[in-house]
Amino acid sequence: SSLAPWIPVVGLEIHAQISSNSKLFSGSQVQFAAPPNSLVSFFDASLPGTLPVLNRRCVEAAVMTGLALNCSINKKSLFDRKHYFYADLPAGYQITQQRVPIAVNGSLSYSLCIDNKMSQMVTKTVRIKQIQLEQDSGKSLHDDTRSQTLVDLNRAGVGLMEVVMEPDMCCGEEAAAAVRELQLILQTLGSSQAVMAEGQLRVDANVSVHHPGEPYGVRTEVKNINSIRFLAKAIDYEIQRQIEELENGGTILNETRAFDSKLGCTVPMRDKEGKQDYRFMPEPNLPPLILYDAQSLPANMNHQQVINIDWIHERLPDLPSVKREKLVEQYGILPEHSFTLLNEDGLAEFFESVVEQTQMKPKKVIGWIIKDLLGYLKQHSLTVKESPVSSFLLADLLNLLEKKEISSTAAKRVLAELWKGEGKTPLEIVKEQKLELLRDQKELEQICQAVIDGQENE
Amino acid sequence: AALKDGLRSQVSAALKEGRVTPTELCQRCLALIKSTKFLNAYITVAEETALKQAEESEERYKRGQPLGILDGIPIAVKDNFNTAGIETTCASNMLKGYISPYNATVVQKLLDRGAVLVGKTNLDEFAMGSGSTDGVFGPVRNPWSYSKQYKEKSVPKSHSEDEESNWVITGGSSGGSAAAVSSFTCFAALGSDTGGSTRNPAAHCGVVGLKPTYGLISRHGLIPLVNSMDVPGILTRCVDDAAVLLGSLAGHDPKDSTTIQDVFKPFELPNLTDVSKLSIGIPKEYHAPGLSSEIVALWSKATDLFKNAGAKVVEVSLPHTPYSIVCYHVLCTAEVASNMARFDGLEYGHRSDTKESTESMYAATRREGFNDVVRGRILSGNYFLLKQNYEKYFVKAQKVRRLIANDFVQVFRSGIDILLTPTTLSDAAPYTEFIQEDNRTRSAQDDILTQAANMAGLPAINVPTALSERGLPVGLQFIGRSFQEKQLLTVAKWFEKQVQFPMIQLEEVERHDSAVFQHQKSASFS
Repeated sequence: SSLAPWIPVVGLEIHAQISSNSKLFSGSQVQFAAPPNSLVSFFDASLPGTLPVLNRRCVEAAVMTGLALNCSINKKSLFDRKHYFYADLPAGYQITQQRVPIAVNGSLSYSLCIDNKMSQMVTKTVRIKQIQLEQDSGKSLHDDTRSQTLVDLNRAGVGLMEVVMEPDMCCGEEAAAAVRELQLILQTLGSSQAVMAEGQLRVDANVSVHHPGEPYGVRTEVKNINSIRFLAKAIDYEIQRQIEELENGGTILNETRAFDSKLGCTVPMRDKEGKQDYRFMPEPNLPPLILYDAQSLPANMNHQQVINIDWIHERLPDLPSVKREKLVEQYGILPEHSFTLLNEDGLAEFFESVVEQTQMKPKKVIGWIIKDLLGYLKQHSLTVKESPVSSFLLADLLNLLEKKEISSTAAKRVLAELWKGEGKTPLEIVKEQKLELLRDQKELEQICQAVIDGQENE
Repeated sequence: AALKDGLRSQVSAALKEGRVTPTELCQRCLALIKSTKFLNAYITVAEETALKQAEESEERYKRGQPLGILDGIPIAVKDNFNTAGIETTCASNMLKGYISPYNATVVQKLLDRGAVLVGKTNLDEFAMGSGSTDGVFGPVRNPWSYSKQYKEKSVPKSHSEDEESNWVITGGSSGGSAAAVSSFTCFAALGSDTGGSTRNPAAHCGVVGLKPTYGLISRHGLIPLVNSMDVPGILTRCVDDAAVLLGSLAGHDPKDSTTIQDVFKPFELPNLTDVSKLSIGIPKEYHAPGLSSEIVALWSKATDLFKNAGAKVVEVSLPHTPYSIVCYHVLCTAEVASNMARFDGLEYGHRSDTKESTESMYAATRREGFNDVVRGRILSGNYFLLKQNYEKYFVKAQKVRRLIANDFVQVFRSGIDILLTPTTLSDAAPYTEFIQEDNRTRSAQDDILTQAANMAGLPAINVPTALSERGLPVGLQFIGRSFQEKQLLTVAKWFEKQVQFPMIQLEEVERHDSAVFQHQKSASFS
């Protein structure tokens, strides 16, 4: 067709729940799926006269995350109130960082496969605009039959890191890969458990399309995305919808749309009051957040009293990208393999554990891990932790193979038997099913002869 | 009898020596509260719990183990401080019947030291006002309205005119607390001070009203008006007692991130005799429009007092003073709009019966729960916080606030130790006259002399100075340097000694008076 090409533009706003014992500004506990309104302090319930007290651990989590994302950490950041009325926001405002957030100007590198075979990986970068600390809201459930709204404040006040990714991505796949990498980083740092299904990682996508050389198009915000898979779907759907709309002479509204996972499409969300004016105001009960580094740390302060950015930097664990490099270097596996190992919770550890316990070369072990073990786990929707085959058992099996006591075909059969989890060792199964490799020349000749004789008789 | 040092019988000593018991003291106060009910100083009288606290205090005295100077002393608390188990209303429909599950830090500190909490005092709704006339439980009457001194001077316009219609206001918004201290129903009371709400009623009721430095005393549990200016205020009958209260309340509170970290050392006030090393500043901008000639004269007399005693008295300038009211209006209403957002009827407090939608429930609840004054400030504040107005109003006002604060910094840097100013424009107005103007107008007029200290976070104190022509109290204000309460109170104590402000002569108190009751009237407990 003669239509000009479209350039889709995708940015992301990600809310990651901070992994901490207590909430951002109060001492009540953070816990998933607790009985309703059982984790609510006086402050969380917005009882008059209560004041916020900043949780140190939440600040450390944000600093770690900022450093891992190559951000500049602002040594002075500020807290603000963002006002709106909603049942799950008891104070009528959220405490956030609108003027000066804790971290700015970072970047995240992520990789994706050119094709579906994972044989060619390309690395991309997305700029991180900022990371800000803010309160999570409670949850409200609308009970239309009884015309009532049920409010649970357990989540109200839990610490969040909002990570804003600039519109450097072009499609669902890129966004999904970027979010996956962010998830791994957060989990490695321990700053967030980042499990989307538990609401610990929430992603909103900003999508627009335009022709090359023209200014960016009107963007829509897509919410209600509950998994990384749906993220890619929602974005791709929205890009397509916008293109079709524009090619049919329509216009795109600057609106918020919800992703309907059942229908696989985005629908406009009921816009209650048009544009909201949040009436931002500095939070008067919290002084500016001051962070130090080795240079600015006052002589008489011990590191218990203050947060030292350099001290945190020195103690950062290996990020996923570094871990992958190390795996490739140490074990001679392919880069794609290192991605798979890290993508699956516990798989890298499993692999390393097997390598430790077997003489088989890692380059060979990896095939068993990625094809056989992972294949089986995926088929039965199990996590590595739930695997009926332990690293010990697998290593045991691979040793038999390595010592040429069984063939690789036989090994696969033994593995199939091991999945049943009946507690038998590989050796026991081999003996049971008579899968030993015959190496005795004479014995082999006898068997072959018997087969030939058998054939002749027909 | 005048407020002379020598005549001050020390209640604490009396308690210690067993000359009076905490229970007796408590019962007398409760009885006096009953017979001065017409003052409407109290919203809640905590009779049961107070007597229990008194009993426990008595046990401690019997064992010879009192908790300190406050043990067994009846204290009242303004009804915007959270008190566990005792209603906290802020004189508003929004919180009628609200029983808080926790004590404000300052309340807890008092209770931990054995103080006996006799009740929660009346105020302007949510502390918005300068008369203590705009609360949902009605106005507070100034005890001096019923004093011999006032009655002698007041000339009824006609024979039929009732004594009733002549009564004067307490000032506000901590009018209930000031009236309670002034009428001897407690020995000290907590107020709050955002624009003068402790000092103003202190001046009108003839008691000492201390506004401490912002950040010295915890605001945890004080239902906020303006978070960046509010402080708990202290009302007592003499400066020494204010120092005692301060010593019990000041210090870092981890629950309030705006309190300073430094350790606070309670102090006893020295008896200053030599003021020759003092430098007193007289800010010329405090010759405010509407300042009564009586007060101008009194101010001048006070200035002479210091001069004659050898102090250096200097005229100074705080040039941005005229802008402080407008600046305060913007910042105060903005914070009010924000602080009041939590009153939506969902979690606690009043909830409207409307069942149409959540939004209509919010609207109805807030319309029913708040009075005009509160709603007016919310509307103004939201206007100033709108995106298109934020820079023009809020940010501008913050900048002006900085200038106002800097005025003080400059003056103190130039060698001035303390500033001396009037506290109010005149003595207390009759209620019928006061309500001729609306709350906003009155606040703007009355706050002018007290408000800048809140902008700058400085400590300030009202010291009762003399009686006006109408027989009503007039006070003068001292403003000190940040965290220099000891110096401020030392000078205030010296001044108090010089002026010898007369004791109120109240019929009700005379009626109850007996030898035992003499402790009631004592100027101080310390």
